[in-house]
Amino acid sequence: MTIEKSQILNWLNSCADIFAKERDYLTQLDADIGDADHGINMNRGFERVKDKITTIEDQDIGTIFKTTGMTLLSSVGGASGPLYGTFFIRAAAAGNGKQSIDLNDLCQIFSDGVDGVVARGKAQPGDKTMCDVWWTVVEALEKSKDEGQDLQQALVAMGEASEKGAAATIEMQAKKGRASYLGERSIGHQDPGATSSMMMVKALRDVVVGQA
Amino acid sequence: MKKLINNVDDIVKEQLEGMALAHPELKFNDEPRYVWHEPKQKQVALLSGGGSGHEPLHAGFIGDGMLTGACPGEVFTSPTPDQMYECAQKVDAGEGVLFFVKNYTGDVLNFETAVELLHGDDVKVGSIIIDDDVAVKDSLYTAGRRGVAATVLLEKIVGAAAAQGQSLEQCEALARRVNNQARSFGVALQACTVPAAGKPSFVLADNEVEFGVGIHGEPGIERREFTDVKTLVEQVFSELVDCPDYSRTLREWDREKGEWTELETTTERFDLDSEYIVLVNGLGGTPQCELLGVYREFALKCKATGYNIGRQLIGDYCTALNMEGFSITMLKADKELLELWDAAVNTPALRWKC
Repeated sequence: MTIEKSQILNWLNSCADIFAKERDYLTQLDADIGDADHGINMNRGFERVKDKITTIEDQDIGTIFKTTGMTLLSSVGGASGPLYGTFFIRAAAAGNGKQSIDLNDLCQIFSDGVDGVVARGKAQPGDKTMCDVWWTVVEALEKSKDEGQDLQQALVAMGEASEKGAAATIEMQAKKGRASYLGERSIGHQDPGATSSMMMVKALRDVVVGQA
Repeated sequence: MKKLINNVDDIVKEQLEGMALAHPELKFNDEPRYVWHEPKQKQVALLSGGGSGHEPLHAGFIGDGMLTGACPGEVFTSPTPDQMYECAQKVDAGEGVLFFVKNYTGDVLNFETAVELLHGDDVKVGSIIIDDDVAVKDSLYTAGRRGVAATVLLEKIVGAAAAQGQSLEQCEALARRVNNQARSFGVALQACTVPAAGKPSFVLADNEVEFGVGIHGEPGIERREFTDVKTLVEQVFSELVDCPDYSRTLREWDREKGEWTELETTTERFDLDSEYIVLVNGLGGTPQCELLGVYREFALKCKATGYNIGRQLIGDYCTALNMEGFSITMLKADKELLELWDAAVNTPALRWKC
């Protein structure tokens, strides 16, 4: 079983729909420990992605990811713009020339993506950032791969891992970004960037496996 | 929410269109979004930018003797690299481009990306991080001190130097020096309302202030009891003058190698022999009469403790929408800085000797 290009396109469209729906929720999470714009920014960025990908539907998955990254880079703003932008631009390499991807590819794509985010944002595990979700997700995918699970099982495990990763940020004290200025007052709130990352990961699972 | 806004999504665009109508000497490009002017002489181009909502920062400081261009983001949201990239290419007169970046993760990441893109196109580019907010105590467990109102003083002073024909390297060195000699501290009496959110970012009781706020409606370092203006200004004064040396690692662009290098740098100590440029800055929702009252208390306190105020500026220069409150910035100045401060400037929001 593989993830087809049409499913990747559906995934990106689904992210746009989710961020439109969850815009206020993400913004409220950000108001608690940041500057109250994360949902607004993700909504704006993925609306742009949704428009943009209709023009490149016939391209390979790498090109679709690269275009997604460039679009996010120039439309999201804030810290999440360069971070998600870099994520997709780096993730594109493992999708180059491909019309479908398997579990190995997906592992590589997410792992390259998060490496790019770390290179730009310098996050470390436990800093209360989106990386705390992506690392958990990549770890779960690697585990599924080593255990010889099929893609469907791996995606279900990946979705659960993303929820765990996001929930784990609640007890963390922010060391990066706007929330870091709150010191201990950032504890007790789920990180908005980790939450939007979790939503994206779960959207991929839902598009490929169906609603869990 | 009662606001003079047609549509929340158009607030930045309509503001800039209004500004271009009011100041025909400024030029406004909407896609991607930036504002610029053509200096009288060939000089290093000075470019800043950041989220909107801090007006007149930054576009209000474009003009002879200050900024060459600015890239406004959405409200409280960093602009994107395509804005800085195109603006820099527009304003580069061959003498190089210097970015002034307030130390927020979003601004830093977007400007860094723009620097890398411009370097790839052989534009001589430099980048200065401004981190003057002494409310942030450590850099190890946070993203470091924020960039706040010292940005105004830095843009004015380096703007004068660039207009006098100083090189990119000289402007960079001057900007770093100003940044290390400036300290700011802010207090909110009431939070601001981000238009897209539609309600205040936090709520304070009548006897509370948010102590150590930034300029985005984010909570400060602590909530304190408010008694009277004298006590509050004295607390702010202590934060400014008693703060210990602050060392942090700032990233700098190495134009030769085309890579980021990390530079450990420490703030300058304050002393009683120097003169200070003082900015009492309104955060957007504070009446002028209250700001002057704040300045009065501050000037009295400086006098009583032996600090010499050489120049002062009082008003709304680096705001947080309609936040009620103020910040105070002290910049330790020598003869050179005072002369650059006094030099002619002609911008929508700061104008003298022209």
